[in-house]
Amino acid sequence: MDDTKVMMLGNEAIARGAYEAGVKVSAAYPGTPSTEISENIVKYKDELYCEWSPNEKVATEVAIGASLSGVRSLVSMKHVGVNVAADPLYTVSYTGVNGGLVLVAADDPGMYSSQNEQDSRMVARAAQVPVIEPSDSQEAKDFIKFAYELSEKYDTPVIFRTTTRLSHSQGLVKLEERQNIEDKPYERNIAKYVMMPGNAKLRHLVVEEREKRLIEDSCDFPINRVEMNDTKIGVITSGIPYQYVKEALPNASVLKLGLVNPLPRKLIEDFASKVETLYVVEELDPLIETQVRSWGIKVIGKEIFTIQGEYSANMLRKAVLHEDPEVKEPAAIPGRPPILCPGCPHRSAFTVLNKLKLHAAGDIGCYTLGAVPPLGVIDTTICMGSSISTLHGMEKAKGKDYIKNWVAVIGDSTFMHTGVNSLINMVYNQGTGTVMILDNSTTGMTGHQDHAATGKTLQGDEVPAINIMELCRAIGVKNVYEINVFDVEGLEKLIKQELAKDEVSVIITKTPCVLLNKTPITHTCRVDEEKCRKCGMCMKPGCPAITKLPNGSTRIDTKMCNGCGLCKSQCKFGAIEDVPV
Amino acid sequence: METRNIMIVGVGGQGTLLTSRILGGIMLGAGYDVKMSEVHGMAQRGGSVVTFVRYGDRVAEPIVEEGQADVLIAFEQLEAKRYAHFLKKDGVLIVNTQRIDPMPVVIGAAEYPEGIVEDLKKEYKVIDVDAMSEAVKLGNPKVFNVIVLGVAARHMDFSKEQWFEVIEKTVKPKFVEMNKKAFEAGYSM
Repeated sequence: MDDTKVMMLGNEAIARGAYEAGVKVSAAYPGTPSTEISENIVKYKDELYCEWSPNEKVATEVAIGASLSGVRSLVSMKHVGVNVAADPLYTVSYTGVNGGLVLVAADDPGMYSSQNEQDSRMVARAAQVPVIEPSDSQEAKDFIKFAYELSEKYDTPVIFRTTTRLSHSQGLVKLEERQNIEDKPYERNIAKYVMMPGNAKLRHLVVEEREKRLIEDSCDFPINRVEMNDTKIGVITSGIPYQYVKEALPNASVLKLGLVNPLPRKLIEDFASKVETLYVVEELDPLIETQVRSWGIKVIGKEIFTIQGEYSANMLRKAVLHEDPEVKEPAAIPGRPPILCPGCPHRSAFTVLNKLKLHAAGDIGCYTLGAVPPLGVIDTTICMGSSISTLHGMEKAKGKDYIKNWVAVIGDSTFMHTGVNSLINMVYNQGTGTVMILDNSTTGMTGHQDHAATGKTLQGDEVPAINIMELCRAIGVKNVYEINVFDVEGLEKLIKQELAKDEVSVIITKTPCVLLNKTPITHTCRVDEEKCRKCGMCMKPGCPAITKLPNGSTRIDTKMCNGCGLCKSQCKFGAIEDVPV
Repeated sequence: METRNIMIVGVGGQGTLLTSRILGGIMLGAGYDVKMSEVHGMAQRGGSVVTFVRYGDRVAEPIVEEGQADVLIAFEQLEAKRYAHFLKKDGVLIVNTQRIDPMPVVIGAAEYPEGIVEDLKKEYKVIDVDAMSEAVKLGNPKVFNVIVLGVAARHMDFSKEQWFEVIEKTVKPKFVEMNKKAFEAGYSM
């Protein structure tokens, strides 16, 4: 290969690195900011296998199986996915691997697209799994190859930690050929791979020994690098914050860690002894700082740097150099929060729920936007699959009458992820909740990925789609219905009817995501100003294609409208008509 | 060369990613170190989106900070105002005069500010363009973003031929001619 470099997203570089490292199996469930890893690895499907699994626990177990059989494997997920995968993760730390095993955890400081700001390094520390962190696209590709060597040499899974800023930034990357990695022979070894108490006790000792060895050896790892400069200021950092340090403090001495768990103690002690003032610059939790301080080293960290959100060079200039870059105040103007698209099927479902003045236990997906005005239907959102079980808990606490004005709202992909477990529980424990599965036939928010109920795999194979209706029936739900979400009258009637029953009901609103619907638009909607009574009802669903005119009437932007007809269904005066395109 | 900072701001769905891909392509072709940072996921759903592009001999951080942008390309007026303070003192603001009401305005909880472009002109070097009308004249409203890029290109260090070369490499073959025409329209404004 020549020396030319290509622009690559951090996630694309991770995928490329895994490919070059000879990975043969990759599994994942989509989640921002990790999704593009799988979307890029599929480019190499002629030379490896990759899949969307229903959730992160399953994906991790698929990767573990591949590793134990002797090949290099990859599993990737967003930070909260690590919680779902925690069960296998903590124990595969004990068993170790056969072929190299890398778990990519994509953290989201600043919560661009997440429900919390947890730091995956803390999970890794608890699970005693080494963590490697790159700071640009080139390192993302290079370090993941190192991660496989480390995994095999130390017989451990490795967590490869990225953050939104790294995953979604592009930088130059030099490509290399795919390594030809021989499959490792498989040998039955129950002492290592069957984790029952007698075996696990011995494996725990192995894990402790492994960590000690890593602490020693990592002082010489090439991914940990000292850049000695002016010794007045010394900085220990890793990942994207390294770039902010280089930008704001170009003359400082820097210890750039590629391995952030466990920490290379001697290397850090040595570096600390050479500089006058030592800072630790790390986003989110003070993982490095707390340990360094516990060794009796004086260090400045979270007392001047925030524990929340992303860092920046200006933030460091202010905190460390006490510079105050002259910056204008942002203008005081209306915000622009994310919204449901024009023609989004979820808007129709929420318009009906809003009209019925119902509460909804919500879930994770585009439809979480149903919590905010003007629809304001969703009351709770905790994690993937939680809607159905949360509603069930309310019923068990307060009785079935209490949830007569409640529904659970969950998407098809989230239902397949973990929601199905909650529905099983609701049926088994004699709940009576009404569950709405907003089935838009895709994983919408992460950019349209397939799942077990769409009939297509990551590799593009057509497969029999799991029928959600039949699945609910098999679980034992007697009242299962499928309805077009834009049939607002029918949907309203159905929801009322099912809420009245003292039995579990599932209403599947099956209407594809508007961004996926490839059938050409046949008509758009238009307001007839003669007939318009200026009541504003058409604006209630909050469609961005509709704006209010100074005279009180409304106008529909034909460039945005795709004729879903929801506004038309809200107009009592027949003032909205279809106009053929 | 000192690092140059460009920002593209707009509303999710306006096609900021294509524009940044063309920008990245031209800088890469010219032999610079390049970093770009973009927004994916939930924020994209009709929300305020921003893309940072930085190029020079060696680029460290992938983001542009307040007061640092040499060129700010805004696909929508309100977003121009939201990010104008990211401009350097002598930075250039290219603003497409399209107006898209954000949800607080749609539901009547806030008002869309009047006279945005005039106000911005008092503080910054502003070039305003009604790219949507120009795009409709060309027969394809979707290429408005490339028209805006054409206007912005006059304030960057690359020749028209270099831009065309990158458009040819970046855009699907059947859309190349339309996009070149759109770029030319903006470039010659």
